[in-house]
Amino acid sequence: MRRILFESLLRRPLTEPAPALDDPELRALASEMKTRIDAFFGGSLSIRMVDAGSCNGCELEIHALNNPYYDLERFGLKFVASPRHADVLLVTGPVTCNMREALRRTFDATPSPKWVVTAGDCALKGGVFAGSPAIVGGVNEVVPVDLHIPGCPPTPTQLLKGLLALTRGPRGSSPSG
Amino acid sequence: MTIAESFDALDPVADCRPWPRRAVDAAMWSALAESLADGARTLLGLWGDQSSVHMALLGGTSSVAIASLDCVDGGFPSVAAHHPPAARFERAIRDLFGHRPIGAPDERPWLDHGRWPDSAERAAQPYAFLPAIGEGLHQIPVGPVHAGIIEPGHFRFTANGETIVRLEARLGYVHKGVEGLMAGSPLARAAKLAGRCSGDSSVAYSYAFARAVEAALGVEIPERAIWLRALMAELERLANHLGDIGAICNDAAFALMLAHCSALREQVLRANAACFGHRLMMDAIVPGGVAVDLDARGPHILRDLVAKIRKAFPRLVELYDNTASLQDRTVAAGRLDPGLAARFGCGGFIGRASGRAFDARRILAFAPYDHLEFEVPVLTEGDVDARVWVRIREVEQSLGLIEQILVRLPAGDSSTSIGEGSGEGMAIVEGFRGDILVWLRLRDSVVERCHLRDPSWLQWPLLEAAIEGNIVADFPLCNKSFNCSYSGHDL
Ligand code: SF4
Repeated sequence: MRRILFESLLRRPLTEPAPALDDPELRALASEMKTRIDAFFGGSLSIRMVDAGSCNGCELEIHALNNPYYDLERFGLKFVASPRHADVLLVTGPVTCNMREALRRTFDATPSPKWVVTAGDCALKGGVFAGSPAIVGGVNEVVPVDLHIPGCPPTPTQLLKGLLALTRGPRGSSPSG
Repeated sequence: MTIAESFDALDPVADCRPWPRRAVDAAMWSALAESLADGARTLLGLWGDQSSVHMALLGGTSSVAIASLDCVDGGFPSVAAHHPPAARFERAIRDLFGHRPIGAPDERPWLDHGRWPDSAERAAQPYAFLPAIGEGLHQIPVGPVHAGIIEPGHFRFTANGETIVRLEARLGYVHKGVEGLMAGSPLARAAKLAGRCSGDSSVAYSYAFARAVEAALGVEIPERAIWLRALMAELERLANHLGDIGAICNDAAFALMLAHCSALREQVLRANAACFGHRLMMDAIVPGGVAVDLDARGPHILRDLVAKIRKAFPRLVELYDNTASLQDRTVAAGRLDPGLAARFGCGGFIGRASGRAFDARRILAFAPYDHLEFEVPVLTEGDVDARVWVRIREVEQSLGLIEQILVRLPAGDSSTSIGEGSGEGMAIVEGFRGDILVWLRLRDSVVERCHLRDPSWLQWPLLEAAIEGNIVADFPLCNKSFNCSYSGHDL
């Protein structure tokens, strides 16, 4: 272990300088968001993830946001264990009939102000699962959605861009309630 | 000859390939259920159809067959009455097709939570968790929404102080009606759905679905496609095992392993994207072959990847092995008895960490694995540590397989037209989590009925057994070491 830790001190971190190296807009966006988050939440944004029926592909890529390459926390964004601690609900999947109530209750348990961000094509209108009687449909059938991040699944870079652009979403900086 | 033995002599129903499907009567059905209970056969799957039920069986070491029984008056003799591992399959059959397992030990609904437009009336009742009675016992309900980035399911713990005396899982929260959507779907749409049963096993599901379609229609695919499929399957296994090893250690409060393993996993996913256009290689395997061929850069990218992992991984293994605080958590925790693993026909690293030497790549030896050299690591300790070690050894095997495939990858076409047709086919593919079974019936190239059985069906119930006597705080660790799929199970 000593060797690994020692090398970690000498080696450059794996963390990439910006989520999309080809995207000059992003750095500006990140710092702009930081200012806005500062105004709202005193420097950080807590995200509570809710799988409302996904195939688990979206979760894999959301997990990847925490790996050393993307390192979500350096942007002041972090995943929290309870909706009570959350400012943002990140919802994946079509909403299944069996998850509808749990999603609604999680939303209700999240204190205002709060945003809802959906990730993945299924979350929009059901994606490939549209038309099944076992699903309710998209997430906005159950809770108000502020921003959607497309993809099946969205790549970590897409997710990062989406989360960073949050305060520039369709509903601007006014949260869901 | 006993009744169950005479099953093997029955004439198969026309057109199910490559394994025979045989129609049986109720007496033979129950005799087969008894042969599961006495260990002569292993249950591979049990599923419903419009007016019948089908049961896939593994006899001896590698002979696969399907038994079918017409339901009389909407019922069939319960298999679970003889062989408990069949219980959840039967509950799901009743929820989805209405066929009632006569004499079943557990009559509760399973996937039907009373929330569907056509839910059964009995499903609207509050769910009756199994009772646990005793002085000082208390219950802890957890979920369906969990703390963390994880799929939903409900766990009901009954504990005596810190010690778990019973865990009961309630699943079905992410039931999306995949099999319902498949019925009536053209192949292209059905293939997309198959690749989204469980996102972490997208390749393995697409692989199994494509092989079942090809079996049903009698299509031979080009050699190159056969090898590319295995290449993708090994990359998927590699990425998932790396992720799991890191995540298990993280649940034992050792975040350093997670950081290193997740960085390696990321490199695999980036190589996947560079070679096959998608980080999880979704929709890359299609009936008839593969949708994306490996271009000239591909072999270099993958050789590079293998070299990097070969360099970094042994040190992480050493780290795992030499960190006492980590071993203290994983050794002897969540022990799964080998007898139970065998009885449930539990596949994947869970089965192999508890002495069950089943790996579809070896036992059913489908191409190209019959031409590849690899070992199937098997341990008998059955604890969290053993499940980590099986994954570690499998990472090493997958690296070797990727190298072999790159050397031997034939040139030529990577897909062929599958034409139009009808027929019945089944395939079993070894995903990272275990054996995935797909059975389907096609009519004029449209899916009439398709069943997809995730390995988790035969693993979830064993988590409940493995956790008994452990402390509540060790549940996340044990659960992670199982890493069952919610979506693959709930469908
Ligand atoms: S968007 Fe795609 S990856 Fe995400 S849950 Fe839906 S099917 Fe799975």
